[in-house]
Amino acid sequence: MSEASTQTSMILGKLTLQSFPLHEPIVVATFVVVALGGIAVVGALTYFRLWGYLWREWFTSVDHKKIGIMYMVLGLIMLLRGFADAVMMRIQQAWAFNGSEGYLNAHHYDQIFTAHGTIMIFFVAMPLVTGLMNYVVPLQIGARDVSFPFLNNFSFWMTTAGAVLVMMSLFIGEFARTGWLAYPPLSGIAYSPDVGVDYYIWALQVAGVGTTLSGINLICTIVKMRAPGMSLMKMPIFTWTALCSNVLIVASFPVLTATLALLTLDRYVGTNFFTNDFGGNPMMYVNLIWIWGHPEVYILILPAFGIFSEVTSTFSGKRLFGYTSMVYATVVITILSYLVWLHHFFTMGSGASVNSFFGITTMIISIPTGAKIFNWLFTMYRGRIRYEEPMMWTVAFMLTFVIGGMTGVLLAVPPADFVLHNSLFLVAHFHNVIIGGVLYGLLAGIVYWWPKAFGFRLHPTMGKISFWFWVIGFWVAFTPLYVLGLMGVTRRMRVFDDPSLQIWFVIAGFGAALIFLGIVFFLLQIAYSIWKRHELRDETGDPWDGRTLEWATSSPPPAYNFAFTPVIHDNDAWTDMKRRGYVRPLSGFKPIHMPRNTGTGIILAGISLALGFALIWHIWWLAALCFAAIIVTAIAHSFNYDRDFHIPAADVVQAEDERTRRLAGSRA
Amino acid sequence: MNRLRLAALIPLLVVLGGCNFVVMAPAGDIAAQQRDLIVISTVLMLLIIVPVMALTVFFAWRYRAANKEATYKPDWDHSTGLELVIWAAPLLIIICLGAITWMGTHLLDPYRKLDRIAAGKPVPETVKPLEVEVVALDWKWLFIYPEQGIATVNELAAPVDRPIHFRITASSVMNSFYIPALAGMIYAMPAMQTRLHAVINHPGRYTGFSANYSGAGFSGMRFSFLGLSDGDFEGWVAKAKEAGGTLDRAAYLELERPSENVPVRFFASAEAKLFDAIRNLCVQPGKMCMSEMMAHDAKGGLGLAGIHNTLPLTYDKTTRRGAVFGDEPRYIASICTTEEAEAMMAQAPADTTPRNLTPMRGLGLPLPLFSPRGTPSLSQLAVPSRPSNS
Repeated sequence: MSEASTQTSMILGKLTLQSFPLHEPIVVATFVVVALGGIAVVGALTYFRLWGYLWREWFTSVDHKKIGIMYMVLGLIMLLRGFADAVMMRIQQAWAFNGSEGYLNAHHYDQIFTAHGTIMIFFVAMPLVTGLMNYVVPLQIGARDVSFPFLNNFSFWMTTAGAVLVMMSLFIGEFARTGWLAYPPLSGIAYSPDVGVDYYIWALQVAGVGTTLSGINLICTIVKMRAPGMSLMKMPIFTWTALCSNVLIVASFPVLTATLALLTLDRYVGTNFFTNDFGGNPMMYVNLIWIWGHPEVYILILPAFGIFSEVTSTFSGKRLFGYTSMVYATVVITILSYLVWLHHFFTMGSGASVNSFFGITTMIISIPTGAKIFNWLFTMYRGRIRYEEPMMWTVAFMLTFVIGGMTGVLLAVPPADFVLHNSLFLVAHFHNVIIGGVLYGLLAGIVYWWPKAFGFRLHPTMGKISFWFWVIGFWVAFTPLYVLGLMGVTRRMRVFDDPSLQIWFVIAGFGAALIFLGIVFFLLQIAYSIWKRHELRDETGDPWDGRTLEWATSSPPPAYNFAFTPVIHDNDAWTDMKRRGYVRPLSGFKPIHMPRNTGTGIILAGISLALGFALIWHIWWLAALCFAAIIVTAIAHSFNYDRDFHIPAADVVQAEDERTRRLAGSRA
Repeated sequence: MNRLRLAALIPLLVVLGGCNFVVMAPAGDIAAQQRDLIVISTVLMLLIIVPVMALTVFFAWRYRAANKEATYKPDWDHSTGLELVIWAAPLLIIICLGAITWMGTHLLDPYRKLDRIAAGKPVPETVKPLEVEVVALDWKWLFIYPEQGIATVNELAAPVDRPIHFRITASSVMNSFYIPALAGMIYAMPAMQTRLHAVINHPGRYTGFSANYSGAGFSGMRFSFLGLSDGDFEGWVAKAKEAGGTLDRAAYLELERPSENVPVRFFASAEAKLFDAIRNLCVQPGKMCMSEMMAHDAKGGLGLAGIHNTLPLTYDKTTRRGAVFGDEPRYIASICTTEEAEAMMAQAPADTTPRNLTPMRGLGLPLPLFSPRGTPSLSQLAVPSRPSNS
């Protein structure tokens, strides 16, 4: 029994002064920078008296558009943290040769790669994907908001609370040192007795509530709130992929929740689900976590596929080729994603027949995926392709993703996986599909829908510089990892003894530097575009000659999205309306029924954050208090009858007149 | 098979490049066959990837907005013929790849006894595989040679061209046993046993390591694998015997405590049945072996009495902590004596499955599901049970 671990106090649980990593200069320096930055932001917000505005207009907002934007902000902030982890890993691995230990000790380095994976998946990719779905889906289906607007706000804040917990682990205590899926027995209490895994568990559990509820919300929205005439097979393809993605969320996240709950019981109550002794079975955890983990990959990539479909069709000025087969391909991928989880551990000794089964089901997924690639190709065929930035991302995606797909199918061949599993080849493969697929898609989506959200375009020049840095940087950073994987180099290594490998890690580090510039130019692009927003303004609401319904309303759309719910006749609804000489209604506006803002979501999430913190540090009185507070707040909110209001017809008239004036101005 | 030979040239080119692409140019027959599968699958997939990439670039250029010459058909969005091709082309590739996968996975199953030393060199009937018991410890590798009676830490050796049969387990957390030059990896997991059959064809010093992150000392969890001629292997065994020292239970309990970057170490003798005790989590005297527990459970268990059959944990290899609301760390007390437990382990049937020398064709293996009761099918005979405690 170690002495330190048994010291707990009634008031602060396990939290002591030793819990703060004051002995790690890198962490302390980071803390100073973050603290100064935080103080500057808080100071600025106070100085410009923005707190009230933020609270009223954003934090308590139930408007799907504002929540969507807040998700994007969260995702981009966390991208910086996750990328900082990536850069630290690249430097360590390029450094630790010839007897050098590098600059990170095992305790720090092992946290970094765990945090990198966890953050990039749960707090970068998920918020960005959810954010885009939140923003775009109701507009694409002609709805005024999502089905459950308050739930939407609550979901966002729960996701944020999870992200805050992960960030807290940087400065208070430590994060897990287990790899991003925290396999037991390593993540069990016997081998990870500190708070790292508890931070991991509670961050994911808190954020998982948000993700699951948001999934339910979007499914309901898509199923129940489509504009009249929009049958399922007339839905825009992005909405289709969003539907499938959310079905996957609702079906798979409970598995994650249950799995982590079992691990929690092992760690807190002394059960033996995944321990070595007492009949526990760690392989059960590996199975369960991947039953969630593999669909998760498709939760991320399907909406990206949807974005590419929208972008290809719009910028080729052409209907999407093979809409029906695209829909079926999406649905087939959705179903098959549940039948492949074992390919993540072929090497744990399953039989040849089991391995073959899962290898072949994995390969079968490449058929609908391949069909999708061909569909985009033939959408471009006989089109008039405008190379705006979203289209550039799409072409880059097609060229990058097929390589990632190929290495993926290669890894699905079990005997090949036996020599490549857990190698840097594998690392290169999943970055190839996640960066080359998900991230390129998200960036394309951000640039594509930015004018819709803010009423001005992003400045193209800096975006194109960012694009080239990203694309070239990606290949420079990850080709060496493919090569190293073929040299038999495994992942998560901290020091190396073969000096001939160093050059490859140096090249990979250089690639990471290029990606860094890509991120810098992306942020500069946003800043510069905001500065030049008057020159970049889009008065029409339809800057790209769009084809789907979101381009029918103004940019940014009014709170109520559409003054009159449109009637749909075609899956390219807006193109169809433009062709048939659609005339905007200019009179006859009625009051519009809308949901009212509420602070309950952020309050509940704040208490959940405190609850998570209390459980991590064994501060039982606080945990009990928070748990009671959550129940009380939820009950109290159910008595809040002030949940809706009507936008007066006069306000609608004013907003629509303003739009008429701006439309006229843009034509003149 | 010509294609195979041609494919085998590719890694040669790679080696000429000056780097050690061990996965593409291994020294063991199993790894070489795995490499061949990588090459064949890649070539097969390139059949479709290359045209797709070429078409992407071509369409992207040809149909750029500035090119007013190109046909523009904004409403063309369907072609049944094209759709058929789009779905059929990947399907055909996957059918081929799936067939290769089915065969390759069965042929190269790490549990399958070797039927050849190299292409065209079947294993002689008289040759018995070299038995090696592998234990992944925090953070080093223990190798026990039951035939030779020796044990080593962080150095493994085997005679060239003699099949090796590894039985693999771990003491605490999951690791993966991987010697890229020899064969693919297989996990080393506590309280479970995995197997690997492989052969090394060229003498030399190769690197082996853990391919699954296992904690702080993971990076240093590397060992040398020596491919030796028969004579050199005898010498190596003799060297180990000269080193002295006995790996008994006490020495093992000392050895398994966490340590990093451990130098090579030899034990002249190793206690028999130590590996089985490690796998059954009962090296510590007085602790119930999993095999014993399962034997009790198979007979209905100890009932409520079993709950109280525990003793507080005094020995632990790591700084262990009990769950905050759970019981104090404890272990289940053995009812059998150590000798009885060992005798019981000895009763466990040895792996006497015959080598399956039938050539693998497209038919695959007979399906065990449909074989009549009582007559075990070939596949049941050929493959011992999976990560298991037997």
